[in-house]
Amino acid sequence: MSDVADRVRKIVVEHLNVDAEKVTEKASFIDDLGADSLDQVELVMAFEEEFSVEIPDDAAESIQTFGDAVAFLTKATS
Amino acid sequence: MFDLSGKRALVTGASGGIGREIAKALAAAGATVALSGTRVGALEDTAKEIGKDCPILPANLSKLDEVDKLVPAAEAAMGGVDILVNNAGMTRDNLFMRMKDEEWDDVIAVNLTAAFHLNRAVLRGMMKARWGRIIGISSVVGVMGNPGQGNYAASKAGLIGMNKALAYEVASRNITVNSIAPGFIASAMTDELNDKQRDAILSTVPAGRLGTAQEVAGCTVFLASDSAAYITGHTLNVNGGMAML
Repeated sequence: MSDVADRVRKIVVEHLNVDAEKVTEKASFIDDLGADSLDQVELVMAFEEEFSVEIPDDAAESIQTFGDAVAFLTKATS
Repeated sequence: MFDLSGKRALVTGASGGIGREIAKALAAAGATVALSGTRVGALEDTAKEIGKDCPILPANLSKLDEVDKLVPAAEAAMGGVDILVNNAGMTRDNLFMRMKDEEWDDVIAVNLTAAFHLNRAVLRGMMKARWGRIIGISSVVGVMGNPGQGNYAASKAGLIGMNKALAYEVASRNITVNSIAPGFIASAMTDELNDKQRDAILSTVPAGRLGTAQEVAGCTVFLASDSAAYITGHTLNVNGGMAML
C-alpha cells in the first residue's frame, strides 16, 4: 500500500467515520461509504490540504471512489 | 446568554448606522470584529467606540476583486471568520420605466453578488470548524416590495432566497444562515424627512415609531449566539409590526 493511499484512507476514515476495511479500491464515497454531496466537497478540500495541491472542479467531480482519489493524488504529487 | 467570546466576526457596511451598531453589539458580546466599509475614517471611529482591537478592512463591494480579498484579509487578521454579517447595502431608486441598467446592476452587485461571494468564501473555514453563523441584513422592502425600489427589492429578496438555499446545504455542519428584515429604522436618511413624510411613514407602523439601529443589532447578536443554534433559513422581521409575516 502506497503512502498516498494510506494518507487518503486516513482522511476518508476520519471524515466519514467508517471502518478502514471498507475503504477499498472500488469503494464509492457516496454509494458505499455513506457520503453526501457536501461530504464529497469536504473530502476534496481535505485532500487539497493534505497534499498541498489544487483540485479543479471538473477533476473533483471525477473523484468518485477511493481508487479515483489515490490515482489522482498520486499523479498530482509525482 | 448571548456570549460570543472567542468568536471572530466580519461585518460589512460597518461605517454606516446599522452596521456600526451591529459591530458594537457583537464586540460587546465578546466577539472580535473586523470592520469593513468604504469610509476608512468612519470605520476608525467605530473601532474607537468599540475600544478593542478591530481589524479595519476597507473594501468597495461593487468591485469583485476587492470583495474577494476581504475574507482572506479577515482570516489573516483574526485567524478565521466564525460570524459573517452581510450588512452593506445601497439604493439607486427609480421608477421601473425610468430605471437604467446601471442602477439595476450597481444595486444587485453590492447588495446581492458581493454577499454571494462573501458567503462562499467563509464556508471553507466554517465547514472545517463545524460552526458558523451567516446573517444577511435584508429589508422589509425585499419582503413587501416598494415603489421606486425594484432593484433594491430584488436584491433584498434575493438575499433571503440565497440564504435559505445555503441554509439547507450547510445545516448539518452547525452553520446557520439567516436574514434580518428591518423596517423603518432611524438613520441619517430618516432624520432628513419632514414632519409630513415622517407621519406618513409612522401611520403604517403599529408601534408608532421608527426602529433603532440597536434593535437590529440586538437581533444580530441573538442569531449569532448559541441560543439561536436551531434557527436557520429564517427571516427575522424587525419592523414594529408594519408587516406581520
